[in-house]
Amino acid sequence: MSYDTVIIGAGLSGLAAGIRLAYFGKSVCVLERHTTIGGLNSFYRLRNRNHDVGLHAVTNYAAPGTKSGAMSKLLRQLRLRWDDFSLCPQRESAIVFPGHTLRFRNNFELLQQQIVDQFPRQADNFQRLLACVDAQDERTLERKPISAREVVGDCISDPLLVEMLFCPLMFYGSATPRDMDFTQFAIMFKSIFYEGFGRPLEGIRLILKKLVRKFKSLGGELWLRSGVRSIQREHNRATAVVLDDGRVVDAQNILSSAGSVETMRLCRSDSSVVQPQPGEISFIETIFSLDRQPAELGHHETIVFYNDSPDFHYENPREPADVRSGIICTPNNFEYETPLDEGCIRITALANPDYWLNLPDDEYVAQKKIWRERIVRSAVRYIPDFRHCTLDVDMFTPRTIKKFTGHLNGCVYGAPHKFVNGRTHLDNLYLCGTDQGFLGIVGAMLSGISIANAYLLR
Amino acid sequence: MNLNQIRQVILEILARIVPDEDLSELQDKVPFRDQMELDSMDFLDIVMELRKLYRIQIPEEDYEQLTSMSSTVGYLTPLLKDVSSPV
Repeated sequence: MSYDTVIIGAGLSGLAAGIRLAYFGKSVCVLERHTTIGGLNSFYRLRNRNHDVGLHAVTNYAAPGTKSGAMSKLLRQLRLRWDDFSLCPQRESAIVFPGHTLRFRNNFELLQQQIVDQFPRQADNFQRLLACVDAQDERTLERKPISAREVVGDCISDPLLVEMLFCPLMFYGSATPRDMDFTQFAIMFKSIFYEGFGRPLEGIRLILKKLVRKFKSLGGELWLRSGVRSIQREHNRATAVVLDDGRVVDAQNILSSAGSVETMRLCRSDSSVVQPQPGEISFIETIFSLDRQPAELGHHETIVFYNDSPDFHYENPREPADVRSGIICTPNNFEYETPLDEGCIRITALANPDYWLNLPDDEYVAQKKIWRERIVRSAVRYIPDFRHCTLDVDMFTPRTIKKFTGHLNGCVYGAPHKFVNGRTHLDNLYLCGTDQGFLGIVGAMLSGISIANAYLLR
Repeated sequence: MNLNQIRQVILEILARIVPDEDLSELQDKVPFRDQMELDSMDFLDIVMELRKLYRIQIPEEDYEQLTSMSSTVGYLTPLLKDVSSPV
C-alpha cells in the first residue's frame, strides 16, 4: 500500500501533523527510529524517577477557555480540550544580569513595570518595541529575514536592557548565534513575555501520551524502532522511504521532522542540491533530584536566566561549556494543585558540540562531572545552594541529544537556516519541526499542523 | 436535508472547531468572524469538515460565500438537498 503521507519522526511536530491528517481521513504512518516517542522533547525513566528530556516550560500559557492565542489555536486544530494538557501556570521567573534583575510572570504588566522602574529612560522606547513586535505575523509561512538586533537596537538605546531582553528569547529558541530573525524574536517575545509559562504536573509525558492516543484513535499508524535510511525518488518526486532494516514504505507525500540537513542526507541528492549548514548551538544540562521542595530552601522562581557580564554571549563557546550564563529551571515552582514528589532543579549552559561529540569514551564521564561542578558553582550565585539536598543527578550533553534524536551536533534548535514554508527540492517532500522554524513545544505542534494544513490536506 | 438540518450541521461543525465559543446566540445574518474568534485556519477546517462528512468539495473561489450562517446554509442547500440528515 502507499500511504497518503509518511511522517519521519514521532516528536511533537510529527505527531501533531499526524493527528491533522488522520482526522481528515488521510492514511498516515509515523516512523520513529527510537524505541519511544517524543524526539527532542521526550521523557525517560532513570533509577525510578521520571524525567523530561527537554521540557522546562510550555510557553504561550493561556487560562482554559481563552479564545485566542497560540494555545487555543493548537487545541482547536488538534480537537483537544484544555484539560488534555492540564497546564499549571508558573510562579515567577527572572532575568538576572549584573546590577539588574527583571522579573516576569504570565501577566505582562509585571515586566512592563519592572522596565519602567529599572530603566526609566527606556519606558517610551520599550513601547515602540512592543509596537514592532505586535506588527509581526507569527503564523506566516513566508518570512523575510530581518535582524532582530537592528530592530531592537533602533528602539532601545540601553545596551544592557537589549541584552536582558534577548537572553531568555535566545535561550528558549534561537538556532543562530548572537542575533536572531526579528519574526522569531517577536514569536518568542509574545510566547514568553505576553503569554508566559506553564507545565503539566506529569511533565511532557502527559502531552505526548494524549497526542499518540488521539493519533492512533483516528487510524494513524505509529512504527517505533523504524528508522529511515533513505528517501527514494523519481525525478522531482519522493516515492518511498527505505527503513534501516531494508523495508520499503511507499508514500504519496513525505513529511520529515528529522531536521533539514538530516533529511537532505536521506535523499542522497546529487551535488547540484545545496546542502544546508548544520547548527552549532547546543547545551549541556544537569537534572538534580532533591530531597525537599526547592521552596523550603527559599527558592521560589520558576525559571532564572542568568548572565554574569553585561554582554550575553549566545554562541558556540570556545570552552566545553560556558559558565558565564545559564538557565535554572525548577519544575516544582509552578502552581500545581499537589506538589511534585521530589525537588528538582535543572541547570543548563551553552556547550561546544565538537568537544562533547569527539571526546573519547573513557574521558566522557569524568569531564561531565568536572563541568557539572563548574556550572553549578556558577549557578548557585543566583539561587540558594541546594547541593547538600541532592539525591541523584543526571546529565546530558550534545552527544546525548545526537545519540537519541539524530539531530546533528545535538542542536535542539536545529540548523540556522529555517525552511519556514516547509518546501524542499522535491515536490512532495516537506519539513516540519525544528528546521521549519516554529520552535518550542507549542511551536513544534503548530509547525506540524501548519505544514499539514498547507500542503497535505488539499 | 432542509434548511434547519443544514443549519444544525453547521452548528455542530462550529462546536467541534471552536468549542469555547457560545453558539446559542449566533446571529444568522452577521458574519461568523464578527461574532467569534474564527480565523482562516478555522475557516478552512469548516470546509474540510464538510468534505469529510459529506464528500462535498468547495472550490477556493466559493469560500467568500461562506461568511455567515445564512449565506453558508444558502450555499450548501443545493449541494446537500439529496443527502439525508444525520439526525
